[in-house]
Amino acid sequence: MRFSKKPGGSGSLLKLGAAAVLMFLHLPFLVILLYAFTTDDATYRFPLPGFTTEWFAVAWGRSDIWEALFLSLRVASISTLLALMLGTLAALAVHRSRFFGRETVSLLIILPIALPGIVTGIALRSSISLGGLPFNFWTIIVGHATFCVVVVYNNVVARLRRTSGSLVEASMDLGANPFQTFRYVVLPTIATALLAGGMLAFALSFDEVIVTTFTAGQQQTLPIWMFSQLTRPRQRPVTNVVAVFVVAVTFVPIIIAHYLSMRGSEGSKK
Amino acid sequence: MSNGAPHPLSDPPRTWIRRLSTLLFIRPRLMLFLLLTPPLLWLGIIYLGSLVALLVQSFFRLDGFTGMVVREFSLSSYLELTSIPNLEIVFRTTVMATAVTLTSALLALPLGYTMARSTSPRLKGMLYLAVLLPLWSSYIVRVFSWKMILAKEGILNWLVEQVHLKWLLEAILSLPVIGGSSLSFSYLGAFLVFVYIWLPYMILPVNAALERIPQSVLDASNDLGARPWMTFRKVIFPLALPGIVAGSIFTFSLTLGDYIIPGAIGNSSYFIGQAVLAHQGTAGNIPLAAAFTVVPILIMGVYLTLAKRMGAFDAL
Repeated sequence: MRFSKKPGGSGSLLKLGAAAVLMFLHLPFLVILLYAFTTDDATYRFPLPGFTTEWFAVAWGRSDIWEALFLSLRVASISTLLALMLGTLAALAVHRSRFFGRETVSLLIILPIALPGIVTGIALRSSISLGGLPFNFWTIIVGHATFCVVVVYNNVVARLRRTSGSLVEASMDLGANPFQTFRYVVLPTIATALLAGGMLAFALSFDEVIVTTFTAGQQQTLPIWMFSQLTRPRQRPVTNVVAVFVVAVTFVPIIIAHYLSMRGSEGSKK
Repeated sequence: MSNGAPHPLSDPPRTWIRRLSTLLFIRPRLMLFLLLTPPLLWLGIIYLGSLVALLVQSFFRLDGFTGMVVREFSLSSYLELTSIPNLEIVFRTTVMATAVTLTSALLALPLGYTMARSTSPRLKGMLYLAVLLPLWSSYIVRVFSWKMILAKEGILNWLVEQVHLKWLLEAILSLPVIGGSSLSFSYLGAFLVFVYIWLPYMILPVNAALERIPQSVLDASNDLGARPWMTFRKVIFPLALPGIVAGSIFTFSLTLGDYIIPGAIGNSSYFIGQAVLAHQGTAGNIPLAAAFTVVPILIMGVYLTLAKRMGAFDAL
């Protein structure tokens, strides 16, 4: 059985291809890290003319970066909370019953990420300005929560699908009211799915730039700050320092979320 | 069902809770209604409402003299959309999205297959994480990294010079349409970055589809005398197709609406996203911007319908 477990020549070619794709996906992160240490702050010259760690200190002292970071953290926290509530409610509803329009509800939840971000962005922007509302912190949140719901929803629905409904029925038969059933039976089952979904939602919000450019007023979230550096660079390596930080900050919740959803047997994906 | 003797779980009967839970039990519709109202209010009113409002505005028109939006029914923005330069923008974006989607599918197959067939769960988990990390990590950082890689004085050009292939790169860049003054100012560069950014969205569903092919099916194909290429063409590829279609929803849609990549890397010709941004921003021509967004919505509508028919949603 030449083809069964370990195919011969074609197999190693396949592995080579897979390895090349993996490198394609990951080497750019190394480039970012490398350029955070360059002494050249005007071009992306390679090989680097020299190494320095001074940009880390410079970035630390820049107040605009700190402001952007804190804004991003606040936006991501509140959007994640909203997405957790809305996503869980929707998941419970869609899971527990088959009703007319059930497909429509799941389509509606997926729509904000299935449609290009620019559509969501401009739609929200034009209705906010039609409504005469000012663009501020809360308009950013509205946009972020909208596309974060789907992440929580997907994680919770995947978990509910794997848990048997008889647990809930048993709890009701034993006399627990719906709130007690939720608190003592449903919540513990979906807890890790909620944590995973919440972390992914946080990472999604923390990194979002396309919708944010439309719903933000004068404020700059960290990705918007980076975007402005992309078009009008000043002290280029400082942007790299921030980029390294952002990557590190988002890698942690992604890894945790991955292991959390792995533990519920098979991983749940986007 | 359960209103007999006291139970460990139930508090001393607080009557309104008890009555409420009985009510909810008798009327599951009410429960459903309570659960669904908040998410539906949010997504239905804020999100869908905004989309509908946008659609409506695409039927308004911009007064050429005052620069104000006239709120009466008109097809003028759609007429403007069909002008040659605007159609070129739509065409350019769609071709790019198609090329990115096809290339992503091609690259996703070997990795997706290796992931699906790897026997060690540990390796499988690592590979999976290796795809998840770029997918979830910062979009803008990932675009930014290519600004460095593709720069004229940057790492890619240096590598090309080291292996003495500069003539080849220059030949490619001198090609019409895809070429340009350097990689960071050409369609080719933008294409590379698009593929890099959206590839993980293709790998995951392709992997999920391949994961479901039982080993016995591959063995059977082999036993019946099919060579690896034949097995791929007749067995693996057809079974991977729903996954490819599912992934293409993301790669296609995300490329259609992106305005940052063609702005940061690529020549100065517009993509749909940039046109939308320009018309709603400085020009203040919301009707035309709205008409432009209808294009990706329509394309994705057709696409999603077709994908659903092919069973692509099961592979998500």
